[in-house]
Amino acid sequence: MHHAVRFCGKSVKGQIAGQGGAARMTPRNNALAVQDLSIVFDTRRGTVTAIEAVSFILGSGEVLGIVGESGAGKSLTGNALIGLLQAPGRISQGEIRLGGQRIDNVAADVQRRLRGKRIGAIFQDPLTSLDPLMTIGGQLVETIRTHLPLSAASARVRAMELLAEVGIADPGARFDQYPHQFSGGMRQRIVIALAIAAEPEVIIADEPTTALDVSIQAQILALLRGLARQRGTAIMLVTHDMGVIAEIADRVGVMYAGRLVEIGPVAEVLHSAHHPYTAGLMGLIPSLSRRVERLPQISGNMPRPGEWPGGCSFHPRCPKAGPRCTIEVPAPVAVSDSMVACHLFSGGTSVVSGDLPTKEAISTRETAS
Amino acid sequence: MFSLILRRLGSVLLVMLVVAGLSFLIFNYLGDPVNNILGVNATIEEREELRRTLGLDQPSHIQFWHFLQRAVAGDFGISYRNRIPVIELILSRLPATVELVFCATIVALSIGIPMGVYCALRPKGLISRILQMISLVGISIPQFLIGMLLILIFSVELRWLSAFGRGEVVQLGWWSTGLLTHSGRMALIMPVITLAVFQISMIMRLVQGEMQEVMRADFIKFARARGLTDRSVHLRHALRNSLLPVVTVVGMQIGSLIAFAIVCEAVFQWPGLGLLILQAIEFADFPVMAAYLALVGFGFAMINLTVDMTYLFIDPRMRRK
Ligand SMILES: Nc1ncnc2c1ncn2[C@@H]1O[C@H](COP(=O)(O)OP(=O)(O)O)[C@@H](O)[C@H]1O
Ligand code: SF4
Ligand SMILES: [Mg+2]
Repeated sequence: MHHAVRFCGKSVKGQIAGQGGAARMTPRNNALAVQDLSIVFDTRRGTVTAIEAVSFILGSGEVLGIVGESGAGKSLTGNALIGLLQAPGRISQGEIRLGGQRIDNVAADVQRRLRGKRIGAIFQDPLTSLDPLMTIGGQLVETIRTHLPLSAASARVRAMELLAEVGIADPGARFDQYPHQFSGGMRQRIVIALAIAAEPEVIIADEPTTALDVSIQAQILALLRGLARQRGTAIMLVTHDMGVIAEIADRVGVMYAGRLVEIGPVAEVLHSAHHPYTAGLMGLIPSLSRRVERLPQISGNMPRPGEWPGGCSFHPRCPKAGPRCTIEVPAPVAVSDSMVACHLFSGGTSVVSGDLPTKEAISTRETAS
Repeated sequence: MFSLILRRLGSVLLVMLVVAGLSFLIFNYLGDPVNNILGVNATIEEREELRRTLGLDQPSHIQFWHFLQRAVAGDFGISYRNRIPVIELILSRLPATVELVFCATIVALSIGIPMGVYCALRPKGLISRILQMISLVGISIPQFLIGMLLILIFSVELRWLSAFGRGEVVQLGWWSTGLLTHSGRMALIMPVITLAVFQISMIMRLVQGEMQEVMRADFIKFARARGLTDRSVHLRHALRNSLLPVVTVVGMQIGSLIAFAIVCEAVFQWPGLGLLILQAIEFADFPVMAAYLALVGFGFAMINLTVDMTYLFIDPRMRRK
């Protein structure tokens, strides 16, 4: 049923080039498909759109990096996928399919059963992700027995295997220890063990290494990459660290002001980005081997939800903006192996064309939101 | 962990010494044992004789030492008013108060915690709003008023419950309990409610506040992400992490109730420590006051110790040596 494999310590650098197969535009086995997802907040001053018409596919065994400035909507998207969107946020349109089945409109209890069982999650801060009053073994056994019909004894055995798998030395002795007895990196390994306890097909990792030392970051990333490679787990990895993306992602999606502006194979997005925003980001990175802590500012600020300008949200900051950009929201179109939402690739920025096929859809969406 | 316990025991000893000092001052300098034993008409020679036999002619620190020795052995002298050993008097009253406070605390915990949990989970619901309003009243209403109202309703109007005393009690060794007889249990109802109203309200608000805070913690979000049931997330993780401050406050409450259930005991003529100390104050019965002070100090120190031990039990982070 399950093999204890150690992934830790294995270098993952240099494997990217050999992973052309996983870098297809659309992956072969769709673990998770997001279609036209929009998220709104119901506030006193009306409904504010925070995520608009995001579509992407996450393939089995693939690591999809999601990058974007803080506030772009990465976490909101991730929370929607695991069904943990907090009120007043809600999904206002679109579909989320897990292995072909809708999961966004099912009963809360059905969704709860999917969490941990078929979609795992890892959050940013390993220091606060674990219950301080319960042993890590207790938390593992509790998670395992929530999802799998195992006796306490066999759940314990499985918990030990999981600990070994994520690289905790001497699981037997560590089993009965409390979170505070582990370092940050070790705690994130335990968090990962908890996330994979029931072997989910998909893992949403929201900035899993941001709170960790650089040296430990690489180990955790290697562990995640190993999960994707060895178990075929589909991983959506949210980050604002391009170094992380370069290290383990197969494909990259770039979010800007609640929209997915570009998504494509990692090499293409990093080296020959199509969207002006992505190009701006990449142009500001001198070398991929050098880490940048945060996405650098391209002059100006990303607008908050409720303050999006009309048309392409990036137009006030875009060096290539034209008249059309202020009026019409660009729809994603295929460019090479990527999908890009920019008028430069769908008829130019100067014309305001009344008969572009995408225009109808866009204007109805605009009035709806 | 071991050194922590030792440190705690050390501070308990220190507190007890201070309390004993105060108690000694009351015993020796506020009252005049000689006058009390011999009466005002005794001759000076008789007085001097007694002072010597009682050791009152010796320096204060020697007297304090003797006082400590006797106190540890439970000897606090003779009550001026009742003419029996103070310790016997206190031990005969202790069970009534302890039973009352114990029952009130159990009731308060078993009502206050679920109410707090409910309000924390549905803070905006109608029931929560009502409970919060009631608890506000419960915190501000004076105890004697609750007691009077209860007596008015259940004793005067309905004639269901007796308005004073403990009912029949059963002796178990030196301990007298009202829990084993019907009338004893009935007699407990109104005093217990009187004491519990405040405690319920306070525990409810405390649990609600703490738990709402804990529910925002990352580990709760992660517990949900692990797919745990709501029940498990709420009770096993959120509630448990909210209980530390409750332990402290409930501990202190038990202590102050045992020490100062005076109003409630006066209203219901409950033959406990509260009534005893009231009478002692009235009659300037200094040995009783001194012993009572020592006992209260001891009780608080013990409760503090228990609270600390409970912390150690609940929170592994405190077990680090
Ligand atoms: N409860 C909320 N009410 C209103 N706005 C919110 C709420 N939660 C998040 N937002 C907004 O949604 C946007 C996206 O947030 P988030 O997904 O956390 O961004 P990030 O890409 O940094 O993870 C942010 O601008 C944030 O201000
Ligand atoms: S649509 Fe226009 S404003 Fe938006 S990124 Fe493309 S060129 Fe720039
Ligand atoms: Mg975020």
